Amino acid sequence: MGVPYYPGCTLSTNAKGYDRSGRAVAAALGMELVELPEWQCCGATFPLATDNSLALIAPTRILYQAEQQGDRVAALCAICYHVLKRTQTTLARDTEMHDRINWFTEQDYQGRVTVSHLLEILRDDVGWEALAQKVVRPLTGLRAAPYYGCLLLRPYDEIGMDDPENPSILHDLLRALGAEVVDFPYNIECCGSYLTVKEPGISENLSQDIVASARDHQAQVIVTACPLCQFNLEYPQREKASGRTGDEIPVVYFTQLMAVALGLPEEEWGMETGHFVDPRPLFNGK
Amino acid sequence: MREIISASRIHSDLVRNVEEISGEHLLACNQCGKCSAGCPVASVMDMLPSQVIRMAQLGMEDVLESNTIWICASCLTCVTRCPKGVNLPRMMEALREVSLRSGVTKLDLDSLPPELVRELPQLAIVGGFRKYMK
Repeated sequence: MGVPYYPGCTLSTNAKGYDRSGRAVAAALGMELVELPEWQCCGATFPLATDNSLALIAPTRILYQAEQQGDRVAALCAICYHVLKRTQTTLARDTEMHDRINWFTEQDYQGRVTVSHLLEILRDDVGWEALAQKVVRPLTGLRAAPYYGCLLLRPYDEIGMDDPENPSILHDLLRALGAEVVDFPYNIECCGSYLTVKEPGISENLSQDIVASARDHQAQVIVTACPLCQFNLEYPQREKASGRTGDEIPVVYFTQLMAVALGLPEEEWGMETGHFVDPRPLFNGK
Repeated sequence: MREIISASRIHSDLVRNVEEISGEHLLACNQCGKCSAGCPVASVMDMLPSQVIRMAQLGMEDVLESNTIWICASCLTCVTRCPKGVNLPRMMEALREVSLRSGVTKLDLDSLPPELVRELPQLAIVGGFRKYMK
């Protein structure tokens, strides 16, 4: 089964390991993530100003490209997913805006595309039990802390993936992989998002609180679906001139843990780049 | 601080612009403070999110000088919890837009540490451009 797939900018550059492991685990489950033949950046922020129709053009072009391939598009990056899903919801609720964007792009987007995160496809199409049966190397004893962040879940009335205050989708996935799930109170707290560009000190403090909470709950690894969360949580733990403190916690994508549990070869884990704390020693890797 | 509240101020351009850009009614907020209680960055803001909304309700232009509107990271925690269904992130965005559209720029690209720029995810850079400059 082929699923049209939108990788986005970051998964094509700084977060290649997310893209690689995502494609590999989908293939291992009998799905091929088929990259859209033509795509552009989604804009990385959903416009909150109601008169900013300009910012809806890029994501609508992506939805149009996806519509040429079928009736849905899968994303891995939580922010691309957020932007595409909210754009789809906005166009469905605001036909005047939908017409205006189509007029501008000169592309007749019909509005038929369902935007799915790979997590939703795993839960709704594959199912946790079927996934568990594919696990050949259960993550037994690995204390993994699911971290959701913001944009994967909120706002609920436009995203609707999971309970925005008490989510379970990553918990369920980790259980299916045989890991020991670490439930910690900061799992939906903001990492600082774009503040890392303008006010790195603030996002660093937010991220350190999140990592400290995971550490207090004896997590060995933090699991995310967002490349900006991954960066914000791991970058402050990078090796500094003073060396390492020794209590760093790697932050991995859920697809990377899946690649390990499904018994895929180490190059498909996608862990050799994009990490400031090497997660491989947890899995007896390099 | 002595502040004079008048009907003309409450019907000011600021109120009109914020309501038009956000699509929200400022007076829908009844100042319960739940947004401020749950805001993850409230500790570094010079004014609480609910105070920013109160100033905007009263047409107080100095709200645009507050660092709060730029520290809000649009994490959407407040909109998830607001008992009145007020979309505060849209109001914050409107206040930023009023400021940016008047020519204010909040991101100095030259001041970014090169080692950070090398490692930053692309989406953070694109998002930063969109949030902090025109």
